[in-house]
Amino acid sequence: MDYEAGYYDIVVVGAGHAGCEAALASARLGCKTVLFAINLDSIANMPCNPSIGGTAKGHLVREIDALGGEMGKNTDKTFIQSKMLNSAKGPAVFSLRTQVDRRRYQIEMKHTLEKQDNLDIKQAEIVDLLSDFGENGKKRIIGVKTHTGAIFRCKAVVLTTGTYLKARIIIGDVSYNGGPDGMFPANKLSDSLKELGLEIFRFKTGTPARLNRRSIDFSKMTEQPGDERIVPFSFENDNIEKEQVSCWLTYTNKETHRIIKENLHRSPLYSGDIKGIGPRYCPSIEDKVVRFADKESHQVFVEPMGLDTEEMYLQGMSSSLPEDVQIKMVRSLPGLENASIMRSAYAIEYDCINATQLNLTLEAKEVEGLYSAGQINGSSGYEEAAAQGLIAGINAALSVLGKEPIIIDRSEGYIGVLIDDLVTKGTKEPYRMMTSRSEYRLLLRQDNADFRLTPIGYKIGLISDERYNKFKEKWDKINKEIERIEKKVIPPSEKVNSFLERMNSTPIKSGAKLSDLLRRPELNYESLSEIDEREEDLSFAVKEQVEISIKYEGYIKRQLMQVEQFKKLENRKLDKDINYLEIDGLRLEARQKLNSIKPDSIGQASRITGVSPADISVLLVYMEQRNRDKRSNDKDE
Amino acid sequence: MEDTIVAISTPPGTGGIGIIRISGEKSFDIASRIFRGAKDFKDIKTHTINYGRIVDPANNETLDEVLVSKMKKPASFTREDVVEINCHGGIVVLRKILGLIVKEGARIAEAGEFTKRAFLNGRIDLSQAEAVIDLINSKTDAGSKAALDQLEGKLSKKLKEVREKLIELIAHIEVTVDYPEHDIEEITGDMVYESLKPIRNLIFNISNTFENGRMIREGLNVVIVGRPNVGKSSLLNELSGKNKAIVTDIPGTTRDIIEEYININGIPIRLIDTAGIRETEDVVERIGVERAKKAVDEADLILVMIDADTGIINEDIEIFNNVRNKRNIVILNKIDISSNEKIKEIEDYFKDFNLIKVSIKTGSGIDKIEEELTRLFNKGNLRLNDEVILTNIRHKNMIDKCMESIDNAISAYEGGMPLDMITIDIKDAAYYLGQITGESVNEQVLNEIFKRFCIGK
Repeated sequence: MDYEAGYYDIVVVGAGHAGCEAALASARLGCKTVLFAINLDSIANMPCNPSIGGTAKGHLVREIDALGGEMGKNTDKTFIQSKMLNSAKGPAVFSLRTQVDRRRYQIEMKHTLEKQDNLDIKQAEIVDLLSDFGENGKKRIIGVKTHTGAIFRCKAVVLTTGTYLKARIIIGDVSYNGGPDGMFPANKLSDSLKELGLEIFRFKTGTPARLNRRSIDFSKMTEQPGDERIVPFSFENDNIEKEQVSCWLTYTNKETHRIIKENLHRSPLYSGDIKGIGPRYCPSIEDKVVRFADKESHQVFVEPMGLDTEEMYLQGMSSSLPEDVQIKMVRSLPGLENASIMRSAYAIEYDCINATQLNLTLEAKEVEGLYSAGQINGSSGYEEAAAQGLIAGINAALSVLGKEPIIIDRSEGYIGVLIDDLVTKGTKEPYRMMTSRSEYRLLLRQDNADFRLTPIGYKIGLISDERYNKFKEKWDKINKEIERIEKKVIPPSEKVNSFLERMNSTPIKSGAKLSDLLRRPELNYESLSEIDEREEDLSFAVKEQVEISIKYEGYIKRQLMQVEQFKKLENRKLDKDINYLEIDGLRLEARQKLNSIKPDSIGQASRITGVSPADISVLLVYMEQRNRDKRSNDKDE
Repeated sequence: MEDTIVAISTPPGTGGIGIIRISGEKSFDIASRIFRGAKDFKDIKTHTINYGRIVDPANNETLDEVLVSKMKKPASFTREDVVEINCHGGIVVLRKILGLIVKEGARIAEAGEFTKRAFLNGRIDLSQAEAVIDLINSKTDAGSKAALDQLEGKLSKKLKEVREKLIELIAHIEVTVDYPEHDIEEITGDMVYESLKPIRNLIFNISNTFENGRMIREGLNVVIVGRPNVGKSSLLNELSGKNKAIVTDIPGTTRDIIEEYININGIPIRLIDTAGIRETEDVVERIGVERAKKAVDEADLILVMIDADTGIINEDIEIFNNVRNKRNIVILNKIDISSNEKIKEIEDYFKDFNLIKVSIKTGSGIDKIEEELTRLFNKGNLRLNDEVILTNIRHKNMIDKCMESIDNAISAYEGGMPLDMITIDIKDAAYYLGQITGESVNEQVLNEIFKRFCIGK
């Protein structure tokens, strides 16, 4: 029996990484919010690797934090190993990666949600989205219905359903309807989405087996410890000290590959049972063995799932082979001869939407008040999900509050690259963030995410005055120090030149600018302290900014100039009511693409696949024509 | 969008005078650097015409005597700062000046771009907007086809080769950066450096072929062939002596090939005299013959010279057979000392071909050669398409930028910059080549990564 259960400004459906950020952002901005999950014990679960961060993903976490999101803080509380990847390859690609205690991460996040004002948390499956037509004739969301018949009225819904929609688990020749980590799937919501007119895709992903630590012989593996100096994810944390645990590295061998090859016919991927599209960057072990046949071994990392468990994750062994094959395969690896598998590897198929049906705000173009974030938008990864969840939650709240939405553009953050790629180009496979997807990698560093985004977070209202003041203080210090170094001249002296010789650097004959010395590759801010008297010992974060800003000044300036060009095109806005089908001179493909994407700006239009530079020229001419028509109409009235 | 654009705004092949138009923020800056007149360019009043010279500031070489007009915005066709240069030296000089202006920071305008700017800046009225769209579209269809045509063949092959190498290198760097813990072979700065050197050589060679060949080629390639002493050099001297030789600073590449740049009725022609094509055992001679063969291969038109007095001998037939499938004109020389019977016999032999009777000694018939060249050119059989010239310059521009980026990457490595900085330049290099081939770097790099490297959990 259906019943009216109450009103919320915003309903968030799904309590994974996207849902948690969306619910927190919305509640923190003052909107009455409710968060639904099929099982409250699955809040903020990591059904795949127990790890947050990594290349480009670590950047996303820093950006989420800089905007006032929760993922960075929650990770700092619960990680058990931390590493800065790529430390030898340059500051643009330094990437923070942590191993996280999976259960503690969930408990911390759940508790944070529970303590949040304006936020209710409820266990229920949402089976229907209620809508009507608004005054403008457009569909709009007015509520949701649970599987038990409770109807909640609302102004906006944020869908963060992860891999739950019509989820199907496949293990070899066995398959059944089921969600991740043994949860129930959500079988009804996709139909409700279809009824609202959304196009549904079917994607696939997978996860490897989990083993009991006590059955593993680590003496046959290589230890992978964490970094000595820990860089926190959150800009609110200056430094963190804690004991870390190690990961372990082992390899597949000829025997593993023989087992796989002999059983390929039992893999659903090759028998055709799996129809969903899987990610190329995340192939199963059988995929790797087939596609890279000449490779004699593949890496397998054994990662701890937490401190209060003996469960270990087997990174590199994602598979959908039958259980009996999995056991043989796993046991062929050095150190895993007696492995006891606790959870089998599986592939999972799920419904997601075609993200090009969304605006850059993550609101559906044709349904007012319907937002979506995370895997339902075709992305993959906890961090990608959280980033979208934060933006969807913020924009849903801003819309309820009657304020302008926020859009992070490609020059401001990986979050902008992620969302722009998803909604402008769409994706044919689960989308993973990579640093190579960004045009302005040198500017979008993980170390300066606060500089790029904290002012925006403050403006939105997710950054406290206290934190904002601290942020300004930090950047004042950075700017002052940069100015000091640019001005300071080091006179040649015996001390200076003996220092330079020791550093394998050319001695100076006349006075040299300190900044020029800092630009020498063999010198750095730290080592220069020997010949540069400093009043104050600055924090690591400040020193890092000073060094990067001066050392790579030329490159940074060049990218800034490219950004300026980019912004010119982004700032040429396109109205949403343009009917592109009617614009003469546009090629047919461009008309259709433009009409379905309805880009915000000329810049966005130029990134749509199938829109050529000539089409953009036509569009510019059309816009000028339209503006003149408008002006002359205005005059007439 | 608001960069500075330049184009030759008069159609080619219409005589010696041509106008180059520059529009945009940098037009006055550029003009001040290359114009030498009674007054400095910046002191010239707007909307005046001024006499002076165009000088390449790099070497102080005077390119042409010109009239320059300056039009300050908004009272100009595009409502931007506009400079117009009236040149007198014909297409070769026009192109040299155009190249100089591009070097100084302008970009070659796309078809209809001046009109487009005029419209977007509110200069021309609505009724003209449709014409603008037509212009843009004609560029997409015809223009891009011309560009594509040009990309067929050797140039395209070489470009692809370089681009593939660049993409491969970028993919290797990106996979190293984005998948740091995978057991792929990590790329190091040294490896990048080593891979860049051969890529730079390839690019350098492409740039060079342009210097010697199509890019700087200032007109039709007309090659004179024939056995020794039929009068090849005399024809060359006759045509080039009568018509003003335009370029003399490109020397003949060998003693076996002599070339002259001439201008017949406004049509720029590169005239080449070859040593003749025949089998030979002599090493020195063979090199000359190889070069002659190459000249013939690249020719737009071949003039086959026959001695009317000697008549056709085996050697003539051999030479003619080498070029009979190319566009050719048979030039029958020495008709003044030959007999009607002999001439008739030769004419019969070449009855299916275009034949002109001349006597270089008396000068008779030379005007017929000139007429025929002009006719062929105007008929469009031998066309020097303006799009092709422009695209060429644009290509060369992109290729030079690509080389500059690679040089930047190399010096960044030598300066101890980390991998991520070097990558910026390498990506730029691939981007510039993509501007010629019309491909996007990112997609290709991702495809390459997933194709070549085994990555993932």
